[in-house]
Amino acid sequence: MLELKNIRYTVRDEKTNQERAVLKDINIKFPEKKLTVITGQNGSGKSTLIKLIMGIISPTSGKIFYNGKDITSLSLNERADLGLTIALQQPVRFKGLTVKNLLDVASEKSNKVSDACEYLSKVGLCAKNYLNRELDSTLSGGELKRIELAISLAKGGELFLFDEPEAGIDLWSFDSLVDLFKALKDKTVIIVSHQEKILEQADYLLLIENDGYKMGTKEEIYSILKPEPVCKKLGGQNE
Amino acid sequence: MNSIDKELLKSIADLHSIPEGSYNIRKNGESLERRSTSDIEIISKEDKSGIDIIVHKGVKNKSVHIPVIITVGDLTDVVYNDFYIGEDADVLIVAGCGIHNPTGEESRHDGIHTFHLEKNAKVRYVEKHLGSGLGGKVLNPLTKIFMKENSEFEMETIQLGGVTYSKRDTEAVLEDNAKLVIKEKILTTDSQEAITNFDVLLSGKNSHVQVISRSVAKGNSKQSFMSNIVGENASFGHVECDGILLDNAQIISVPKIDAKCPEASLVHEAAIGKIAGEQLIKLMSLGLTHEEAENLIIKGYLS
Repeated sequence: MLELKNIRYTVRDEKTNQERAVLKDINIKFPEKKLTVITGQNGSGKSTLIKLIMGIISPTSGKIFYNGKDITSLSLNERADLGLTIALQQPVRFKGLTVKNLLDVASEKSNKVSDACEYLSKVGLCAKNYLNRELDSTLSGGELKRIELAISLAKGGELFLFDEPEAGIDLWSFDSLVDLFKALKDKTVIIVSHQEKILEQADYLLLIENDGYKMGTKEEIYSILKPEPVCKKLGGQNE
Repeated sequence: MNSIDKELLKSIADLHSIPEGSYNIRKNGESLERRSTSDIEIISKEDKSGIDIIVHKGVKNKSVHIPVIITVGDLTDVVYNDFYIGEDADVLIVAGCGIHNPTGEESRHDGIHTFHLEKNAKVRYVEKHLGSGLGGKVLNPLTKIFMKENSEFEMETIQLGGVTYSKRDTEAVLEDNAKLVIKEKILTTDSQEAITNFDVLLSGKNSHVQVISRSVAKGNSKQSFMSNIVGENASFGHVECDGILLDNAQIISVPKIDAKCPEASLVHEAAIGKIAGEQLIKLMSLGLTHEEAENLIIKGYLS
């Protein structure tokens, strides 16, 4: 379904003016209708990979195929139309635009409270209280993060990309967040995460390290990580 | 009234038919229609062009509409309107000017509005400006607001395109516990120029002013925003000026806050820049094109 071929992404280091490879020669086939969690240390290129798949940035070289079609040169909105959906790591604030405005754009319909409830209740928010709220600084980081997830559900699609969905979500809501991913079992889901509870849900794990990457079933990758506590190896905070 | 008149009135004053309450519709420099009521009287000035609007003491939940339309070129219309808002009154005042200039000659409207608010009076004042047609459309509104104790004035001023040049001056003097809120929204395109100046004197104890300006400048247009808030007493002033720039446009924001009392709390915030890339990315990731995303961001921003 989604295949990355010889993907390389480099940036120019401002201090040394040297090219530095964030991702080198990535070749991965993401299994269809499975949950893959991308994990690895900070700065290893996880978010970069998600952005390349969505078309927010373009690879320095290599190709991206979706359902057999080369989508490397397609723009962000063209990929969105094909069924790729992203929930960003850092939700965006908009002065003057409301939760309803973005849900309407995402779902291509005018949402009433009862319609919005379908998406917002899945992230633990009451549509009545949030539908007409502006997406500005009056919302907390955690609220914005939940709304970001709800907007991705409203958009729908076949391939969901979640970049650290747990960031800013309080721990007691974790089970609901896990339920949200479980409900997408007929979709292809790729999540960037450090959280063991989310890793537990994975069918496949992609471990990105500074010197390369390993892709395998959860069990296969866990066996590699075993000598060290999983979270320590992954650079997570909850050791 | 012809179809152009009706269209202009709809755009500037949301008038789809004759409004309820008092009204005065001015067209091409002359009064076209008027209704004066016992609650809100409208009287023509004898010494110069304009009207006195007298809102009697204690009148609540009433409105007065005083739109101005200009449908010819080569006209300069100067009008002096004085508003006397009685104690404890609570009213909505809808003004605004629409110019449809079909000729190449310039049309100009200078509306000089002076508000006198008595104790505890409350006013919501909405002013929309619009231009269409070939020739120059110039608007120079001057608004003076004198606010007695505990009075409240909320001013919403909207200029969403079509006006070739505008110079908007607003002056206010606030006595004890008076509260002034000004919300300004401006869109300029092509070679249009819009100048806004706010001068607010916080003379009373616990007086309060909030100015929120949001503007979008496109094409080769130019905008200038200047505010001068003077705190003479224990008071609060907050000015927020946000601008979005596109193409080759220019926005200048000049803040001046002048505290003459240690208990005066005055803040000026200003941010001008292009549309944030992350906002475009978010909307495009939902399927909008770059242009659609840009239009939605601007629409929301000026809503």
